[in-house]
Amino acid sequence: MSAFGSTYAVVAKDIRSEWRTRYAVNSLLMFVVTAVSIILFALRSVDPNPELLSGMLWVVIFFTAMSGMSRVFVSEEERGTTLTLQLVATPTVIYFGKLLFNSVLILFLSFIITAMYMIFFSGFTIQSPGVYVISVVLGSLGFASASTIIAAIIAKTRSRGTLYAVLLFPLLIIPLMVGMSSTIKALEGSTLSEALSDFQVLASYLMVMVAGSYLLFDYVWKE
Amino acid sequence: MNSFKLVVRDLTKDFNRRSIFRQLAFSLTVGDSLAITGKNGSGKSTLSKILAGVLSPSQGTVEYFLDGVRIQEEQMKDTVGFVSPYLNLYEEFSAVENLKILSQIRSNKKRFEERADELIRMVGLWPRRDDPVGIYSSGMKQRLKYAFALLHEPQILILDEPTSNLDEEGMELVKEVVRRQKKNGILIVATNDSLEAKWCKKKIVLKVSST
Ligand SMILES: Nc1ncnc2c1ncn2[C@@H]1O[C@H](COP(=O)(O)OP(=O)(O)OP(=O)(O)O)[C@@H](O)[C@H]1O
Ligand SMILES: [Mg+2]
Repeated sequence: MSAFGSTYAVVAKDIRSEWRTRYAVNSLLMFVVTAVSIILFALRSVDPNPELLSGMLWVVIFFTAMSGMSRVFVSEEERGTTLTLQLVATPTVIYFGKLLFNSVLILFLSFIITAMYMIFFSGFTIQSPGVYVISVVLGSLGFASASTIIAAIIAKTRSRGTLYAVLLFPLLIIPLMVGMSSTIKALEGSTLSEALSDFQVLASYLMVMVAGSYLLFDYVWKE
Repeated sequence: MNSFKLVVRDLTKDFNRRSIFRQLAFSLTVGDSLAITGKNGSGKSTLSKILAGVLSPSQGTVEYFLDGVRIQEEQMKDTVGFVSPYLNLYEEFSAVENLKILSQIRSNKKRFEERADELIRMVGLWPRRDDPVGIYSSGMKQRLKYAFALLHEPQILILDEPTSNLDEEGMELVKEVVRRQKKNGILIVATNDSLEAKWCKKKIVLKVSST
């Protein structure tokens, strides 16, 4: 009961803090806008097929996850508030709070990225909106789940930046590949049942990552 | 009051291969107070973090008991208050917001708002309660840490460098907090100052280890 309330309070704290400091959002939005503009410019005279479009979409989401989501724990560590948080919340509450915050962040950014492609890319037409939404949501959540636990692992190490990329890359390959394949289906107009096997892979990935992180987090979080 | 007890057994901490302390054992009950002293780098802060349950020991246990029943690790946070130089409050939030947010996360059942106001008044930050903590002076931040530590009326209060950055009025405030805590709960003070160590009935001296 109260664990839900506490988890919600952790997410609310992070959103409010983000709102005040724009610690992550501003630089991420800047990144998204720049990346999409470069892609638009580079592809201005080609007629892109669904494979290319899906690839371009996921490249941007992928690097957003790589660059943005390590901050959830590092920011507490840098500001010396890790102990404060430990004094008020159990590891489980903190893990789920941070996971939810990262999920909200990446879903928000995926939405922005999608909107930009739809507005500026005439070839980007989503034939099956249902398939598209499920692909992007499940893929993004997969990214968030992997990034959150890696962010916790690297927060206490010294060579954060490199370690984060090195550890995260192999974990993100699966949702990246599968997300791309189901996004292609969405752009080509496949039905939900045609994309079902992709969704099953994405959903199981998400469940395995969250369950594994939940079990691991106690050891990672407390020095 | 209840019968609250802190039991430490066989407590050992190493950082990598450096041994900080070995096989400490003691127990404290309501009314007890313990000073942790020793030279710089002897492990006072390390021990106080372990006692507060925010750092894991390499060996041994720290257990809290209420009426003879061991308190689950997840509930330990509801019974301990901690003031430490390694613990900061959120700079982007005001004093009031910090206390409110942190007690929401802790899901305090007790009426929070009056207590937060009362504590902010007590530590003398009332006129600045809505300023972001980031612009507080170091002494003001230290005062706010006391409000945070006392918010949930902890049975055990652990103070690491209790008076750092405080002026005379601030020190008087700490003495008052200490006096009350000794009456109602357990007090642990980690300090280099021999006067502060005298606040406590018991004392342990940590040695700087050679290895
Ligand atoms: N995270 C850490 N990793 C490695 N060694 C550490 C870590 N934290 C503390 N130490 C070491 O543990 C020893 C004790 O440190 P601690 O901060 O507990 O000392 P202290 O008694 O509080 O000192 P002071 O009087 O200066 O506050 C020091 O040798 C320190 O280098
Ligand atoms: Mg110290």
